[in-house]
Amino acid sequence: MKTNLVYFAWVRERIGKPEEEIELPDSVVTVSDLLNHLKSLGEEYENALQFPDVIRVAINQEHVEHDESIVGAREIGIFPPMTGG
Amino acid sequence: MPSVTTVPIIRVQSTDFDLQSEIDALTAGRKNIGAVVTFSGLCRDEQGALSALELEHYPGMAEAEMRRIGEIAIERFLLLGLTAIHRHGKILPGENIVLVIATASHRQAAFDGANFMMDFLKTSAPFWKKEHAADGTAGDWIAAKDADDAARDKWR
Repeated sequence: MKTNLVYFAWVRERIGKPEEEIELPDSVVTVSDLLNHLKSLGEEYENALQFPDVIRVAINQEHVEHDESIVGAREIGIFPPMTGG
Repeated sequence: MPSVTTVPIIRVQSTDFDLQSEIDALTAGRKNIGAVVTFSGLCRDEQGALSALELEHYPGMAEAEMRRIGEIAIERFLLLGLTAIHRHGKILPGENIVLVIATASHRQAAFDGANFMMDFLKTSAPFWKKEHAADGTAGDWIAAKDADDAARDKWR
């Protein structure tokens, strides 16, 4: 299944693109699995996601924890802690 | 009693906003509002070190998250009205970044509603600030503060 990934702030800068559509292996079930899978895709991903505990994730534009299932997600947002306001 | 149809006014925009006209939009023609609290957040120059802030946001989710928080604030504090406006793009020192207005029958609810909205907006709404240094060097992304998480958690 293809999933649309969108990146923001320094996650976007380190990966080097604002979004991409990728094919995920069946073994990728949770947000945690996804972050580990992305880290294996190259140095830029490793650099962006080296401390997964600080990375925030949204599925279909809603915040989720790292143990959440990503099955069926249309859009997954990956970004640093928020600093608006 | 607040109307069950009280809905937050939420906007994410690159342009500035006008405090008085936003207050007027919440209060015009109403006679049950006893308190209006406004908070506006401005861009600081950090003692001359900063030439601008770049505000990035997650389009769609930023509005949705502000709306979600706003609906909780209205219900929890029985607000009669709530407006939250957040700017994105390049913002210069002295310019507005964010505006929250809460109206209620009495002051405590209006203060608390505005405070609650800001505490959750800062930690949950998908916005990120990047600094532009005054000396022209590439600035850094502003790091999230533990103090902001603590401010949010006091509402539990």
